[in-house]
Amino acid sequence: MPDTVVNLVDSPALGVLIGIAGVMAALTVNVLFLVWLERKVSAWIQRRMGPTEVGPFGMLQTIADMLKLISKQLITPRHVDKPLYHIAPVFVFVPVVAAASLFPFDEHVSLQNLDIGLVLVFAFGGLGIVGIFMAGWGSNNKYALLGAMRAVAQNISYEIPLILSTLSVVLMVNAMGDANTNGMNLAQVASMQHDKGFWFVLVQPVAAVIYFIAALAETNRAPFDIPEAESELVAGFHTEYSGMRFALFFFAEYSNMFIVAMVATVLFFGGWSGPLLPGAMWFFLKTYAIVFVMIWIRWTFPRLRFDQLMSFCWLVLIPLSILNLLVTAFIARAV
Amino acid sequence: MPEEIREDDAGAMGESYYLNMGPQHPSMHGVLRLKLRLLGEEIQDAEPVIGYAHRAHEKMAENRIWPMFLPNTSRVDYLSGMIYNLAYCQAIEKMLDIEVPERAQYIRVIVSELNRISSHLLWIATYVMDIGGVTPFLYLWDDREIILDIMDRVTGSRLTYCYGRFGGVTMDVDDLFCEQTSAFLDRLVGRMVEYDKLVRKNVIFIQRSKGVGVIDADTCRQYGVTGPSLRAAGVAYDVRRAEPYGIYDRFDFEVPTLTEGDCLARYDVRVREIEEASKIIRQALRDLPGGLVMPEKPKKKFKPSPGETYFAVESARGHFGMYLVSDGSETPFKIKLRTPSFSNLAAMPKVLRGTMVADTIAIVGSIDIVLPEIDR
Repeated sequence: MPDTVVNLVDSPALGVLIGIAGVMAALTVNVLFLVWLERKVSAWIQRRMGPTEVGPFGMLQTIADMLKLISKQLITPRHVDKPLYHIAPVFVFVPVVAAASLFPFDEHVSLQNLDIGLVLVFAFGGLGIVGIFMAGWGSNNKYALLGAMRAVAQNISYEIPLILSTLSVVLMVNAMGDANTNGMNLAQVASMQHDKGFWFVLVQPVAAVIYFIAALAETNRAPFDIPEAESELVAGFHTEYSGMRFALFFFAEYSNMFIVAMVATVLFFGGWSGPLLPGAMWFFLKTYAIVFVMIWIRWTFPRLRFDQLMSFCWLVLIPLSILNLLVTAFIARAV
Repeated sequence: MPEEIREDDAGAMGESYYLNMGPQHPSMHGVLRLKLRLLGEEIQDAEPVIGYAHRAHEKMAENRIWPMFLPNTSRVDYLSGMIYNLAYCQAIEKMLDIEVPERAQYIRVIVSELNRISSHLLWIATYVMDIGGVTPFLYLWDDREIILDIMDRVTGSRLTYCYGRFGGVTMDVDDLFCEQTSAFLDRLVGRMVEYDKLVRKNVIFIQRSKGVGVIDADTCRQYGVTGPSLRAAGVAYDVRRAEPYGIYDRFDFEVPTLTEGDCLARYDVRVREIEEASKIIRQALRDLPGGLVMPEKPKKKFKPSPGETYFAVESARGHFGMYLVSDGSETPFKIKLRTPSFSNLAAMPKVLRGTMVADTIAIVGSIDIVLPEIDR
């Protein structure tokens, strides 16, 4: 398979190192841009200016913020459980980088083109929650613990509709393709949409909506941002974190948002497929459009209460996604 | 008397634990402290602790002559300072039998109701923020800003007004004030429709508010809860109607009441009160007579004859009473402030029991407490 970056250099180990360095650099720049975007969009929604001082349109503001966070002293409160407290930000951060390295940005540009790409993305996505709970428990703070408890319950519940909704796409891809088709392979899902000439959001609208809602909850975005609900839990699981450790949580949160948007792009919006512009351009345009909608929702809606959030998942989303999966399976069988 | 909640009594209720909320907490409206006993996220017991913004206003009153207490009044409740300021003036006028010129009476009504609108707008903003919606906050502050600018032009200050005097008001209003005020009221009509769409019709907002934090009429009577919270519980008690002061008996307005008594009802009552206040202002602007705004010979230093005076007004938060005791000297013997938020907060332990942590924030936010007013 010559079409992955890892296979371009002779030594696989070197290839992996280069790839990870590349992904981390790209993610960092991307997060800086996302934070700027969020601040600008929220300012636009709230009829404010947003950042304007540093750089053109305040675009360098987030770089200044990052420099500040890097240069701050790392404070470790006396009452924390030190090993857990120290390792938690890393535990949240690493799976994000791993997950981000699995996407086909273009027809021929992907770091790792794996047959179980989709499974791995969700596996890494699920790992992050361990870090969040470590942070909440290790902080030895009741607000942090409450936030972490909420986060664990929420993420585990919402993973079910998230995966069930993507499964229906996988089923469909497998039914439409030949014997070699693998619906778990992200690149193949994208190229199938390119070949067939339509986006899967048109044939799987219910799955797309369920996926989007579950993804909002999975990334702790408003209106499902109850693990860090600032008006209730101060800052939730990262209450006791400051400086670069806090920045790692922040980084992971925004990257997660980008990752679920990338999954949506690949599964429902044709990935890199699109006319005129190069594939990677289309890929990022679509991803940013989805991220924009997520920002828009955050600055429009109030927050749900915890029990309402859970009952919405178990009583609405999960039955609906199972039904959608069954219908898809039935149609896939019949066609 | 409920037993005190202590930090070290974990296990008193089995699995429950103690959580301290405030005085430094993003949604404790200043410096309220809540001691909570939680079981998971459910509140078993709540105990408000107050006093972190105590400034001894009542004691200050005893150490200065009667007029010198005037600037203190608007600092008791900085969100409806005008109403408190004028309440003191009217209490003194009642004590000394001072006639107030017609024009001053009308101006007092206009600025009081403007103040009420700005206070209610701020409440809507902070309440929606308490349940997680940040954007409406900035929109509503935008409207409130116009009121503050109008008031600033007339009174010289944006929040802590000292506009009233014994027998009138310090400065007369001009045509521009009337124009600006009616322009603002016209603008507000459209804006309130917008907020209705943006906030009131939102599914999540309704879910978070409907049936949450019900304070029924009996509880209100037990604890002395007044203001919008009482009217949301179905009791049509408004001091402006029950014992009209100033010239409130001349205006045509309604006392909005609902029966649900939950957070949503409190929201609706306040929105309708904004409309009623606008109605009052429009009538007052229409009927605003000419003439002086102060008596010919204003009283500056006086020694009231020994005795007691009680004067109550409807502030944005409820029944605000001033109890003046004079011993015949130049300084008050005692000024007791009956502040509505204090009684409203007292009902909280009963209401909060059995709710979730997220509801606590919504309920405490929904009764519109101002901590400096509670602590005085």
